[in-house]
Amino acid sequence: MSNKISIMLISGKREQLQMASMVASVGAVSGNDVTVFLSMNALEYFKKDSDGKAPSDGPMGDLLVEKNAPEFMELFESAVELGDAKIHPCSMAVDIMGLKNDDLVDYLSESLGLTKFLGAASEGQVWTF
Amino acid sequence: MADRKIVDAKNTFCPGPLMELIANMKQAEVGDELLVLSTDEGSANDIPEWINKVGHEVIESSEDAGVWSVVVKKIK
Repeated sequence: MSNKISIMLISGKREQLQMASMVASVGAVSGNDVTVFLSMNALEYFKKDSDGKAPSDGPMGDLLVEKNAPEFMELFESAVELGDAKIHPCSMAVDIMGLKNDDLVDYLSESLGLTKFLGAASEGQVWTF
Repeated sequence: MADRKIVDAKNTFCPGPLMELIANMKQAEVGDELLVLSTDEGSANDIPEWINKVGHEVIESSEDAGVWSVVVKKIK
């Protein structure tokens, strides 16, 4: 039986983005039903024209780059492609940033309001980054 | 025995080797064996955990000069 894992990702810092991408990808490929909700400073990295370079929160963030850890954007893509995770931009953030669907990377699912995300998160594990 | 496909995931970190293995597992046929090479000890421990959880089989796991070799078999 699959478990539900809901992840709310709002940070624009590398460590938080990295950890969220690890939970999403490993969770998804291990048979869990993973939903990621992207809002606040996290969403800009999912724009097609983003370079995916997030600022470090501390020394670990610099080490992730120096030691060649997997890129968080690749892990999110693996979560979707290998584990059928659903990654939704927050509809409020999309509106505030003035984004269109085409502005965001193709592996994202449709934008989602908070009511729906909270519905999805009402059972199973909920993680915030 | 079918040829063992080598998944060279050296010089990256968790969960890179696991993801590379899974991408290759998807393309493999049932009964195929894959050899994952990893320089990350955490991944060498995590891969058998994943394999057991999803119901494949770990054939062997060994370490030589900082490189872990994990052989797995696709069961389903």
